[in-house]
Amino acid sequence: MTSMRIFKFILSIWIMVIGVSLPGQLSAAESSLLPTIAKGKGDKCVLPTEYMRRNHMDLLDHQRDETVLDGVRTKQFSLKGCVSCHAVKGTDGKAVTVKDPKHFCASCHNYAAVHIDCFDCHASRPGEKDQFGGLKSKPAGHDVAALKSYLHSGSQTGVLTGQQTSLRGRNK
Amino acid sequence: MSDFIKGSGDGCGKEGGCGCSSGSAVNSHTDHRETDMPQTRRGFMKAATALAMITIAPGITLFATGGPAKARPLDEAASPKIRWGMLIDASKCDDGCTKCVSACSKENGWKDNGRPDTDAQWIRAVTLKNRKTGATATLPLMCQHCEEPPCVDVCPTGASFKRADGIVLVNKHTCIGCRYCMMACPYGARSFIHEPLEDQKDHAPRGKGTVESCTLCVHRIDEGRLPACVETCNAEAGGALMFGDLNDPNSEISKRIATYASIELRSGLQLNTGVRYQNI
Repeated sequence: MTSMRIFKFILSIWIMVIGVSLPGQLSAAESSLLPTIAKGKGDKCVLPTEYMRRNHMDLLDHQRDETVLDGVRTKQFSLKGCVSCHAVKGTDGKAVTVKDPKHFCASCHNYAAVHIDCFDCHASRPGEKDQFGGLKSKPAGHDVAALKSYLHSGSQTGVLTGQQTSLRGRNK
Repeated sequence: MSDFIKGSGDGCGKEGGCGCSSGSAVNSHTDHRETDMPQTRRGFMKAATALAMITIAPGITLFATGGPAKARPLDEAASPKIRWGMLIDASKCDDGCTKCVSACSKENGWKDNGRPDTDAQWIRAVTLKNRKTGATATLPLMCQHCEEPPCVDVCPTGASFKRADGIVLVNKHTCIGCRYCMMACPYGARSFIHEPLEDQKDHAPRGKGTVESCTLCVHRIDEGRLPACVETCNAEAGGALMFGDLNDPNSEISKRIATYASIELRSGLQLNTGVRYQNI
């Protein structure tokens, strides 16, 4: 009887230990399976998050045609906007590329096993000057500097010399 | 400068925005519609125009720089009233100068991998020689932005297309990399991307399996700036490149073309190129 009591006691202790530790283990496993989605800049996305989750691909698809074919460059649904706003800093302090599982797009797409082609051509992190809120473009009016230096250089007449190269040929 | 402002057509408002559909939250550009431009700025622009005008020969004036200057509003499509073009004065191209080439490379992120047969070349310096007289001319050669582009004619998917304002582009979303357009181009202006790329410029997407060529720096034009080659040539070299609206008879480029002889390369093909040359 005594040994049975001791056994029951040990069993109950063991069950308690399991009972305490298991939920923790589960949640750890759960968090590594689910995508860790980085928070974007600003208060909210260009549209409600739920809508964006379902429809971002259609918005981007529509926008890409307008931009490439017609030159419409509104910013609301631009891929560049997504990449800029949702940039994730890596260990080196720079934004990570889509190859990094922490990348905003990669985190979800890896989880859903949906391959994206966007970044075969497009930059998957903001341009150097655009990283984390910097200005991408020189401010308007920078042409004046170019103009000044041109004026000071004056007009030149080139000397026509050189080797023959065919028009179709590729001249390195 | 302001001459090109007129040249960029009507309906312009905001100058601003970033290259390819940027969503950058910060936009430093100011709205300066001609009508509501502050007097001080208007005065400045006038002064800048006066400064920009230099005499290069009796009776000939050249606007040092210019470009669209007024960007279209971001939500406005490219206008068919405009036809962007370039005039290249070969007499101002110094032999051996490749500043326009390196400017393009830097701006658009293509580079020389030491494989000249397959490397991307959006623009290259070419030396032409008249076989009879021996006279040579160095000039930059790139997509000529034809009015009747053979690359568009042959494209099986419609990926090679001409934008409303005359810029010939490749829609890489629909390009299948067949390279018919490369065969069709009389100027050898297009190249194919053979290798996977990383860290492209955010305003110039380019990737393996697609054809590409000079875009006339469409991302810059849309935000009211000059193509990189023109800007660099004006600032650092002989100022051989002039950019503007060929459809506007009052634009400086149109006036120059109307006044002085200029040619299209391979004019016999009657492609009515947007890029024209002088003093070849």
